[in-house]
Amino acid sequence: MPTIVLREKCDGCKGQDKTACQHACPNDLMVLDREQMKAYNRAPEYCWECLCCVKACPQQAMDVRGYADFVPLGSQLVPLRGSEDIMWTVRFRNGMVKRFKFPIRTTEEGTAEPAGGFSTDQSDLSSPDLYTEPASLGLDAIPAPKK
Amino acid sequence: MPNIETVEVTTDLLILGGGMSACGAAVEATHWAKQQGLNVTLVDKAMMDRSGAVAMGLSAINMYLGQSEGANTPEDYVDYVKQDMMGIARDDLVYNIARHVDSSVHLFEKWGLPIWKDENGKYVHEGRWQIMINGESYKIIVAEAAKNALGMDNIYERVFITEPLLDGDRIAGAVGFNVREEKFYVFKAKAVMTCMGGCVGVFKPRSTGEGLGRSWYPPFSTGSSSYFTMKAGAEMTCQEVRFIPVRFKDAYGPVGAWFLLFKSRATNAFGGEYMVDRADELEKWGPYGKAKPIPANLRNWLGMLDEFEGKGPLFMRTEEAIAKLAEAYKDDKKAFKKKMKELESEAWEDFLDMTISQAMLWAATNTAPEEKSSEIAAAEPYFIGSHSGANGAWVSGPEDFAPDEYKWGYPNMTTVKGLFAAGDASGASAHKFSSGSLTEGRITAKSAIKFIVDNSDLPNVDDAAVEDMKKKTFKPMEIFEENKDYTTDSEINPNYILPKMYMFRLQKIMDEYVGGVSTNFSTNQAKLDRAMELLEMLKEDSDKLAARTLHELMRCWENVHRTIQAESHTRTIMAREETRWPGYYFRADFPKLDEENWKKFVNIKFHPDSGEWEIINRPVIDLL
Repeated sequence: MPTIVLREKCDGCKGQDKTACQHACPNDLMVLDREQMKAYNRAPEYCWECLCCVKACPQQAMDVRGYADFVPLGSQLVPLRGSEDIMWTVRFRNGMVKRFKFPIRTTEEGTAEPAGGFSTDQSDLSSPDLYTEPASLGLDAIPAPKK
Repeated sequence: MPNIETVEVTTDLLILGGGMSACGAAVEATHWAKQQGLNVTLVDKAMMDRSGAVAMGLSAINMYLGQSEGANTPEDYVDYVKQDMMGIARDDLVYNIARHVDSSVHLFEKWGLPIWKDENGKYVHEGRWQIMINGESYKIIVAEAAKNALGMDNIYERVFITEPLLDGDRIAGAVGFNVREEKFYVFKAKAVMTCMGGCVGVFKPRSTGEGLGRSWYPPFSTGSSSYFTMKAGAEMTCQEVRFIPVRFKDAYGPVGAWFLLFKSRATNAFGGEYMVDRADELEKWGPYGKAKPIPANLRNWLGMLDEFEGKGPLFMRTEEAIAKLAEAYKDDKKAFKKKMKELESEAWEDFLDMTISQAMLWAATNTAPEEKSSEIAAAEPYFIGSHSGANGAWVSGPEDFAPDEYKWGYPNMTTVKGLFAAGDASGASAHKFSSGSLTEGRITAKSAIKFIVDNSDLPNVDDAAVEDMKKKTFKPMEIFEENKDYTTDSEINPNYILPKMYMFRLQKIMDEYVGGVSTNFSTNQAKLDRAMELLEMLKEDSDKLAARTLHELMRCWENVHRTIQAESHTRTIMAREETRWPGYYFRADFPKLDEENWKKFVNIKFHPDSGEWEIINRPVIDLL
């Protein structure tokens, strides 16, 4: 059932207006059962297994179980996403475990400056130059086709 | 629907969508809008940090020219794209994106996207145009720049756009609903940008159980771009040019790194290499069969021929590729071990960054790529204007060099005044991928701001028309309420159809008659006629779609959107009486490439007032 919520660990994000998994899901699949204060995936067959919800869960209460119609049981993937990198634990059906760590960003969260520090003195709305060009292109001028 | 609140938002530029092209648009538009004292508003059906095709992340940027190093020119890129698309592409549009794309990639790096570098500080290339990234947070980073530019006050998330608003021949805005709160939205604008992605779920997929969600392109890209532009009356192009990716079987893990970076071979069950053994077949496909690299659809085709002859499964020879790459280190035990570790990590990251399911499948089947091969297979057809498919709106070309046939206004404006399209929404400019889509969003946003400056009056919106649209938007909920008590189970009722079954019906029609997986991607006139007959009844029944919740209402509308994509696809496949992309679809009644008669665009236009369709042929003009 693609992403799953572990009953023991989920605290429904303590009843805020929406849970972290609801906030994250690009396909609007996560729902909070307010009576039980537990979240669930309402339509596993529409789940892309992007794991955006799993990565966002503050309780690490989410997991994934591969699509039942073609993935044998018994494997596990656990992401641990930090501010600079992501750590993956991959557990094989036969019990073998592999761990990988990959960088995710080089700047502090929230600091992406739209112009990237390039000069933005463009004011000609009719020219083909975009507002950070030509500086951001690394050329003196934008190219035009050779006739 | 007396209880549903209507929220009205008036703005200057309305950006519909939240993916790569929309984020590019937000970044660029903000600069020019500020100078002109204009407002920009963005609407996303999901949440910008994780919306669109890059939601999961990516392991490579597939379009980077390296112009500042003199590596490639935009002319080179146009040549590559035109060959890959079997001669059918807009040189002007591809060139325009290509000349600007490096600029966006350099911004990604400044925003914080880790791009692989070699010992000399240069980007590590996967192939000629592709560079490797640590892209788990690619979309988060790009969305962050867009949000920082626009400000959250100008962003509406979880709002699903249903229909365009028009004022005569000019776009006037859009309507939609909040997928979680009972709210109807009316956006009024001077210009509108369509950036709502491609279309998944028109054809029956290979996995029809839980694995329905494991589409190669995201299941939440459901044809909203096509629907919006067509319902506004815009001319569309390349609606027949679907894309079928050959990927790792079932989980659809990417093959690019394996073919290009790891130099892997693909072989059939008997060890035969279809790309070598079937080289003669390429002769049949005109000048494109001789192109290097060989066009994606022809590579597909050679593999499909092996499958059709019973020589499958096809395998990606991962173990052989890794062994070859590590061979250079075989005399130094320590260095060999280090290299193997590095290759293993790169292989897993490729999946974990962009197709996590494939890593899951490897783990579940005890597959270590350095030990055994993995199956590859052709997936189901997709509609995507940014990859090796080309469907989308027919848009005006760049002012400084587009020929008159390709220019009628502002760059990337559709044939409807004030309505613009970028990314998967704009056609005939394939291979823009993530970086090119964002770049096209930027180009389009600047152009749209120029349009607004020149056309500063706010179009009129008829209040009665808006009221009608509100009724229409929520009609599936009304249908459910009216009929729910007739049966004991809400799943089955003769008076309505639920969106999931509607989708299955659409997928079955398309699969069996318009060349899906189960018919080996082959079709003919008689089958297409039958498809049209069944699609007509399906469209009639779309009036009886029912929704039990707001979430299901979104699913209803997604399927209404998919249906117009399906119909325009069927009609254009019917109009083009040849087979040009054999690895995408095969017209069994016209099995050959016909350069003399069909080296042209087969465009299509839906007339919203009369409900009629029109096929329009447009020339392919070689500019370079």
